[in-house]
Amino acid sequence: MSRHPPQPELSRVHLGYIPLTDAAPLVVALEHGHFAQHGLDVTLARQASWATLRDKLVVGHLDGAHLLAPMVLACTLGVEGVPQRLLTALSLGLGGNAITVADNLYRELQAAAGDQPVTVQALAQVVARRRASGADPLTFATVYPTSNHTYLLRYWLAAGGIDPDRDIRLVVVPPPQMVQRLRQGDIFGYCVGEPWNTLAVHEGIGCIVATGHDIWNNAPEKVLAVSATWAQRYPGTHAALIAALVEAGRWLDESVDNRREAACLLAGSGYLDLPVDVVAASLVGQLRIDSRGAERALPEFHVFHRYAANFPWRSHALWMLRQMQRWRQLPTGADVLAAAHAVYRPDIYRLAVARSGMRVPAVDMKAEGGHRSEWQLGEGKAIVTLGADRFIDGAVFDPIYIGADLAK
Amino acid sequence: MVMPLSPLRVMLVDDDPERRALVAGALAGSGLSVVAELATADDLLRAVSSCTPDVVIVDLESPDRDILEHMRCLSRDNPHPVVMFATASDSDTIREAIEAGVSAYVVDGLSPGRVRAVVEVAIARFRQYASLQSELAAARTSLAQRKLIDRAKGILMTRGGRSENDAYHALRKLAMDQNKTIAEIAQGVIDTAELFK
Repeated sequence: MSRHPPQPELSRVHLGYIPLTDAAPLVVALEHGHFAQHGLDVTLARQASWATLRDKLVVGHLDGAHLLAPMVLACTLGVEGVPQRLLTALSLGLGGNAITVADNLYRELQAAAGDQPVTVQALAQVVARRRASGADPLTFATVYPTSNHTYLLRYWLAAGGIDPDRDIRLVVVPPPQMVQRLRQGDIFGYCVGEPWNTLAVHEGIGCIVATGHDIWNNAPEKVLAVSATWAQRYPGTHAALIAALVEAGRWLDESVDNRREAACLLAGSGYLDLPVDVVAASLVGQLRIDSRGAERALPEFHVFHRYAANFPWRSHALWMLRQMQRWRQLPTGADVLAAAHAVYRPDIYRLAVARSGMRVPAVDMKAEGGHRSEWQLGEGKAIVTLGADRFIDGAVFDPIYIGADLAK
Repeated sequence: MVMPLSPLRVMLVDDDPERRALVAGALAGSGLSVVAELATADDLLRAVSSCTPDVVIVDLESPDRDILEHMRCLSRDNPHPVVMFATASDSDTIREAIEAGVSAYVVDGLSPGRVRAVVEVAIARFRQYASLQSELAAARTSLAQRKLIDRAKGILMTRGGRSENDAYHALRKLAMDQNKTIAEIAQGVIDTAELFK
């Protein structure tokens, strides 16, 4: 017997978002009527900070939010203050981030790389030279302490032999201010979601040295976050939101034309307020990476639906929790398995999409890092095609060992 | 002998200069020391480390909030770790603060009672400012509406030879019949008159 979620309890729903390209599923679901088809009258409210999104969720001023996946975990565990229980049952997509450096630093990196492509090893040489000469560490920015931008940037630096705490100064800058700070010379580089990398290239002040995909293929990024109390009170509304956003994600992944149309919607004054070309680059997967016009074809830069992109993998949650521990944001003794279970809710996701006939992974965790190209999970009718999940350093993150660690 | 507590040092970050002045005045009037008033901070972390505030009051809608959130992670290098003002016993104050548009960051370990006093002053002034703003907006609208109604009355008086009182009653009757405001009817009369020019 298949179970179905109840009818939506609320008709009016307020969602918050930060101006970023990966808010596309929310904008498409609103503009194309996916929310309305599920009986929801949704308003989208642009917010100025992640902290305010979180606080408005906690006090109930917002029903749901386009939130950084690690923040949902961090908030529940009290990493950022008093624990407040949030949860997610929907990943809004995979990827979407890149690392940009100032033009002058890029020229130094090119010189260090010789005739090879610029990699983090070139940055390691520049960093070592600066340290030897007694110069200040380079300042890099991310968008929030507990963000995948922080973890991807730190992972990349560490993979190149750079100690992110000793060799680099890391600060927080809100996404819409990144380009301005880079121009002023306050920061030498940053890791942020699109379109704030392409904009720096477009304005001729920065170059994209790595994408999130280069560091971890098809990495998790934003989720639909709600408070645990809200989820309990409005299960039907929650399910309807999930179903509508999954449909919007599917539409986004259907064709390059749809991506172009989404770029036009997002670039509008109500949302990102930027030229369509700047927003379209990452959506259609053709990124200009430096001011001389070099381009990279990156068809998997944003994944909104395929590869089970909407599934809230508990293994993703565990990877993020391990990064919090690696970088001393979370005590090593914290019960990460319990946190991943409480905050990441594949059970709610499965129920919400049950009517759609879509294939859904039968398991809640998978090993990350072992696949260089797309692969298939499950058997028979339950086969789901997943994307590559390789890490830049070739590591494999198998959550099974966390259980073994705890059992010791 | 109990040593008197020195006044708390408060830093204000708000890009609305009028509201900032209102809040700063009220805080100083409550015996607090306002050590810095900023619209926004190009280097907020440096400002915090040079002013050493006990409490930072920030407009809830300021993008600078995420920069302040980062201070918690810097606490191992920072002699004055700043954390968000949020303790379990204060959930009502926090809810009120968010409703009023106030967020606060405090030096870790400060007595919640002392902080609450600061946050409550800020909440009261943010609310006062919001109601002043809405009164002002209402006054502006009614002034604009009065001008519309006067123009419509003038048109009816010159065209229909009505007295001012009759002109007003005609507008009011139309408004009641059509379930509209007098200003909307006045606008309609003005628009129609434009067509006959």
